[in-house]
Amino acid sequence: MGADAVFRVDGLRKSFGQNEVLGGIALDLYAGEVTVLMGANGAGKSTLVKIVSGVYARGGGTMRLAGQAFDPGSPAEAIRAGVVTVHQNINDGVVADLDVATNLTLDRLSGKGASLLFKPANVRVEARAVADRMGLTLDLKARVADLPLADRQMVAIARAMAHQPKVLILDEPTSSLSSAEADRLFALIDRLRGQGVAILYISHRMSDIRRLADRIVSMRDGVVSGVFDRKPLDYEGAVNAMLGRKILLDRVIARSSARAVFTAQGLQLAPGARPISMTLGAGEVVAITGLVGVGKTALAETLFGVRRPLAGTMHMDGKPYAPGSARDAIAAGVFLVAKDRAMSGIVGGFNIERNISLPFLKRMSGFGVMKKRAERAAARRQIGELGIVCRSEKDELSALSGGNQQKVMVARWMSQASRLFILDEPFQGVDISARRDIATKLRASPDGRATLLFVTEIDEALETADRILVMSEHAIVGEHRNDDIDLDRLLAEVAGGPLTSAA
Amino acid sequence: MSSSLAERAAARGRSITLRDYAIGYGFIILLIGLIAYFAIAADGFASPQSAVFIFQSVAITGVLALGVTATLVVGGFDLSIGSVATSAMMAASYAMVVLEQNAVVAVIACLVIGAVVGLINGWLIVYMRVPDLLATLGMMFLLLGLQRIPTEGRSIATGMTMPDGSVANGKFSEAFLALGRHRIDFFIPNLIPVSVVVLIVLAALIWFFLEYTRFGRMMYAVGSNERAAELAGAPVKAYKIWAYVISGVFASIGGILLAARLGRGDIASGNNLLLDAVAAALIGYAVLGAAKPNAFGTAVGAVFVGVLLQGLTMMNAPYYTQDFVKGAVLVVALVFTFALSGRGKR
Repeated sequence: MGADAVFRVDGLRKSFGQNEVLGGIALDLYAGEVTVLMGANGAGKSTLVKIVSGVYARGGGTMRLAGQAFDPGSPAEAIRAGVVTVHQNINDGVVADLDVATNLTLDRLSGKGASLLFKPANVRVEARAVADRMGLTLDLKARVADLPLADRQMVAIARAMAHQPKVLILDEPTSSLSSAEADRLFALIDRLRGQGVAILYISHRMSDIRRLADRIVSMRDGVVSGVFDRKPLDYEGAVNAMLGRKILLDRVIARSSARAVFTAQGLQLAPGARPISMTLGAGEVVAITGLVGVGKTALAETLFGVRRPLAGTMHMDGKPYAPGSARDAIAAGVFLVAKDRAMSGIVGGFNIERNISLPFLKRMSGFGVMKKRAERAAARRQIGELGIVCRSEKDELSALSGGNQQKVMVARWMSQASRLFILDEPFQGVDISARRDIATKLRASPDGRATLLFVTEIDEALETADRILVMSEHAIVGEHRNDDIDLDRLLAEVAGGPLTSAA
Repeated sequence: MSSSLAERAAARGRSITLRDYAIGYGFIILLIGLIAYFAIAADGFASPQSAVFIFQSVAITGVLALGVTATLVVGGFDLSIGSVATSAMMAASYAMVVLEQNAVVAVIACLVIGAVVGLINGWLIVYMRVPDLLATLGMMFLLLGLQRIPTEGRSIATGMTMPDGSVANGKFSEAFLALGRHRIDFFIPNLIPVSVVVLIVLAALIWFFLEYTRFGRMMYAVGSNERAAELAGAPVKAYKIWAYVISGVFASIGGILLAARLGRGDIASGNNLLLDAVAAALIGYAVLGAAKPNAFGTAVGAVFVGVLLQGLTMMNAPYYTQDFVKGAVLVVALVFTFALSGRGKR
């Protein structure tokens, strides 16, 4: 430190229409340092990366690379200037059907001065040079599709490094790697750091961050909410800057439940993970919070029957519960509002009414024939109850705002009574008023069911839940009653500190 | 189908524009215009007999198109329908002429073949993960070969010589032939062929099934967002396989009608079935701006193709221009569906 930053971003802005995504970002990257960028979904990380890598044009501000103005018009220009990005999806960085050697030299196949003929021998020599610089010991003739994910990731990074960049951006590179595979990636990153590359490392995994970070920059709502560069790094402060309380909204009055609806004993979600045991009571709203990738969705899917636990048992109302499919779960009264409504919730060709009735067609038909009147009545009732803003129940979902689309998804699963109601990231891409409507509805209508929310944002948990559980590394690491919460302890658990200190 | 154009426009959150009219009624208007044009330009086009002839000519392709509509609804496709139909035709002929069975046995044999082929298609696509176009293309070639094996490539007719030198003496039963040839009195004696009745009944059935039953509803959901349907508790794999079984059975019914009309197992017939049926189903996307596969649209699409061909024939257009015209109409219909209505999701 003390030296000038290799890459310097100042006052960077970006808006999409009315929506300001980046509100003046300042970011410095130094040679031979790993800067970790943290931020929840929607904080603007990916927009920032896309501007720096030349995918989007910036809306304002300056970028300087080694003292020169840096203004890439396309990803190719950014790469030529010395800023290389390895994107989250590994397969975007490699061509699966070609061999390793060709992948490593792929960028020389096109562009000016590329030879018209493809000479395998030359390619292999060049590829060997690239691989040696990285310390890669891969079979250069192997097809990339046959390699394990970690090796593909290495190839993608090595390919990026073939440009000898000054700045390397890694976007969640370990999200699909095992921990042993990740260790190899870290060794490679250490090597690059030693070679004086400035690295921007985007991740949610605290273990990665603890292992690699020289500095941490936290982002929230399009601005930098904290920079941490004093050793030892303040990891909890970084998490707090990313997720901590923004504004004090009305606190909920925590309720306790006397009667258990759902219990889990010794559920194991991933190899080596500590088993999960929990009890959810009637009329209770429980939120499970934790960073992205700690297994929240895996747990939701396990409870809903679309994923099998490695070990453990579950009970609903005292009876053994081992769903083999979503269908079994629904029959047992376990409903799930799945994460990412566009992918796994909304049926595009259907209007509101048909989207709401989708899981309950059998209950709304006689001898297989739909009872359209009952269907419409259910839709109208739900539109009223959740305050869905629309012209009528015949509206298509594409005509609704994100918040109203999400209300339709919640309405779908609230149109019939459930025993355990699970919502996975129900507030993603939802405006604050819709979020409040949904939260209020969830709290107002417990009907003797247990409600379980999975949220990354701690605020969302504090606003809706009676009890908050913290997840880390596919296990539950903390439990809090939502009346006089020790936020520091909660944040420490989210940040995955040494487990002994949390206990 | 029940929602009006105004509701539809409102559902997308805007008012009706000229473009909505074009998308909504374009094909119906085109069909009416086409009929009006042929009525003036071609002598004898505007007569009940001509209308019936058109219906008769589209009966078989219409039945096939209704079947393929079921696979389109679940987001799949079935290229094997043409060869399922000709295989069923050969099987019916073989059962009656060579094995000397009655009409009931022949019909049941055909339906079983259709169902089994549909099951295999569905199994290949759902469990073996073969892409739908490739799986059914493979099945198409397989059946084209298979149907020729029992007779070593010969057509089947009464009195034919079998590969082993014996003579096949069985006959098509009268009851079976009636399926293709009998005409029902309707104001004018001997007006409506049984095959047209079969088409209308099947069209009404599949329309009701897709629009009004929970199974049809879930099939649309599977085609639109498979994961959402699965998370809503639908047995997605079963629905997909059923769609191919429906397609196979409908294609075999088409084959039965073909055999009954021809009265022999002609290996050279049925070449155009696939193109015509697929064209009808895809034109159906554009009818009333549905922008999705639907039974009513498919039926209109089949009539559209029939009118076009009958009109061109009566105007003495050479046979070799017909495929070109059909292809051109298909392309225009697809533009209507995907580009203009802006919902090209498939």
